[in-house]
Amino acid sequence: MGSIVGILGYRRGAIPGFGITLGTTLMWLGLVVLIPLAALFLKTTELTFDQFIAVITSRRTQHALVLSFGLSFAAALANLVLGPVVAWALVRYRFPGRRLLDAIVDIPFALPTAVAGIALTTLYAESGWIGQVLASFGIKVAFTPLGILVALVFIGLPFVVRTVQPVLEDIDDELEEAAASLGAGRWMTVRRVVFPTILPALLTGFTLAFARAVGEYGSVIFIAGNLPNYSEIAPLLIVIRLQEFRYADAAAIAVVMLVASFLFLFIINGLQRWSELRTGTRQ
Amino acid sequence: MSTMPVAYRNQAMPVAASKHPAGAAGVVKQRTSGRVDVRADPAWVRMLVIASAVIFLGLFVVLPLVCVFTQAFAKGVDAYFAAIRSPDTLSAIRLTLLVATISVVANVVFGLIGAWAIAKFEFTGKNLLITLIELPFSVSPVIAGLVFVLLFGLQGYFGSWLAAHNIKIIFALPGIVLATIFVTFPFIIRELIPLMQQQGTEEEEAALSLGASGLTTFFRVTLSNVKWALLYGVLLCNARAMGEFGAVSVVSGHVRGETNTMPLHVEVLYDSYQFQAAFAVASLLALLALVTLVIKAVLETRLTEE
Repeated sequence: MGSIVGILGYRRGAIPGFGITLGTTLMWLGLVVLIPLAALFLKTTELTFDQFIAVITSRRTQHALVLSFGLSFAAALANLVLGPVVAWALVRYRFPGRRLLDAIVDIPFALPTAVAGIALTTLYAESGWIGQVLASFGIKVAFTPLGILVALVFIGLPFVVRTVQPVLEDIDDELEEAAASLGAGRWMTVRRVVFPTILPALLTGFTLAFARAVGEYGSVIFIAGNLPNYSEIAPLLIVIRLQEFRYADAAAIAVVMLVASFLFLFIINGLQRWSELRTGTRQ
Repeated sequence: MSTMPVAYRNQAMPVAASKHPAGAAGVVKQRTSGRVDVRADPAWVRMLVIASAVIFLGLFVVLPLVCVFTQAFAKGVDAYFAAIRSPDTLSAIRLTLLVATISVVANVVFGLIGAWAIAKFEFTGKNLLITLIELPFSVSPVIAGLVFVLLFGLQGYFGSWLAAHNIKIIFALPGIVLATIFVTFPFIIRELIPLMQQQGTEEEEAALSLGASGLTTFFRVTLSNVKWALLYGVLLCNARAMGEFGAVSVVSGHVRGETNTMPLHVEVLYDSYQFQAAFAVASLLALLALVTLVIKAVLETRLTEE
């Protein structure tokens, strides 16, 4: 470890234990996270390039990937619209039950995904409380892609609310008062003053909700129905390939998912920097 | 918030927002009479926004929670307790408690060590290290389980060696623990780093100059300074560890009474059409979630004081 510490270099101070703590941290991180993730990429090298392409472009894999990424995007969009509404109500208005409503926002984080999964399935099944009502309009939710969307909206719900909320709280009153005194109407003030201020937070929340949804498994598999080429998500396909002992195929799908999510995070991060620079909210 | 690298923001439970207790920011200020508050929205807008928020959260969050408890008691109180007292459920509860305890202890020990290295010293590559520590948040739980199967599964890299030495990792306790530690990896260290960075090194330097040893300084000064943040991390880590489904499901093998944790037992019961029993076990997990949120709220007021 001494050589690594030597290369990195550090400020010499009176505080002891740099070498041993950093060394232990790197070793633990390597053993638990980095080496296992490296094994994932290593496993795909057992496939030839053509085999790899064949695995990830097969109809079933393509459908699962498009479904996972597409519905995650749609669910994050739904939260992008509804999240600020909830945040606005919690920050700007005082009404009975506000504190309770605020606490409720965290439930999708805290509730184990399997519990959310079976509860949503029971609610949206044709005999369920919500499913009954929707069925009378001819809408089927459980065991269709729409059901997956419901589960993904549920698990992504807190992200946008919790990223926008503190920004909304910190907006200076005077900014809006200035806009109003210059003759801007309420709607114009919100659109031209408030919206640009919360835009970077909105993007962050959207990204977090999307990233979480892409990998989500527990809350989805109960309500999805899991029909191949219809309502089968990518994480489930990985599990199925694993159960068939097609390890390399499972690893290939996982690698595509990981790379695609990181690419997406990277793009949104860039977009966010741009909007922060443009609106001058970057510190 | 906005200057952190993106992976650092990629958190399973955003805390930055909720650490300010709602309303503490003093958004609604007393206005002197006669002055018109230009920030006041028209009454119909206010009603519409509040109604939308209440309906959205009611339909998507409250109703599922209510559903869990009504389904759990659908066949009465006796059936509820019978489901919870069944040997398979009790063994799932024991396994869940064991896995969560090991994962939390491991994350506390390595979280404190890692936070010490990152918060108390300057070195190149620190941001990269933080990003790598946060990495498990951006990895699907299923992939978190998959990587350990690739390493230790029967056809994995170490599979035949483990089999020859009669060591079971996958479909056994070690695999479940490893997968759980992977998904909970950032929870505790993420709470410690910002606080320890903010507190600096002056108090530690003072203790050391007065002759305290490094370890004494750590336990008497540093640890007592971060105890609430540590407890906060433990709380979130424990909730995730007990509720983890995807990662554990891949490595567990679903052996009833042996490798089923509570969330997996819920799945097994549900898939065998024992709905009431499934919801009874699920209600325990839902209760855990609610208790976690209550303690979290209490700790947040402590943390803002700290």
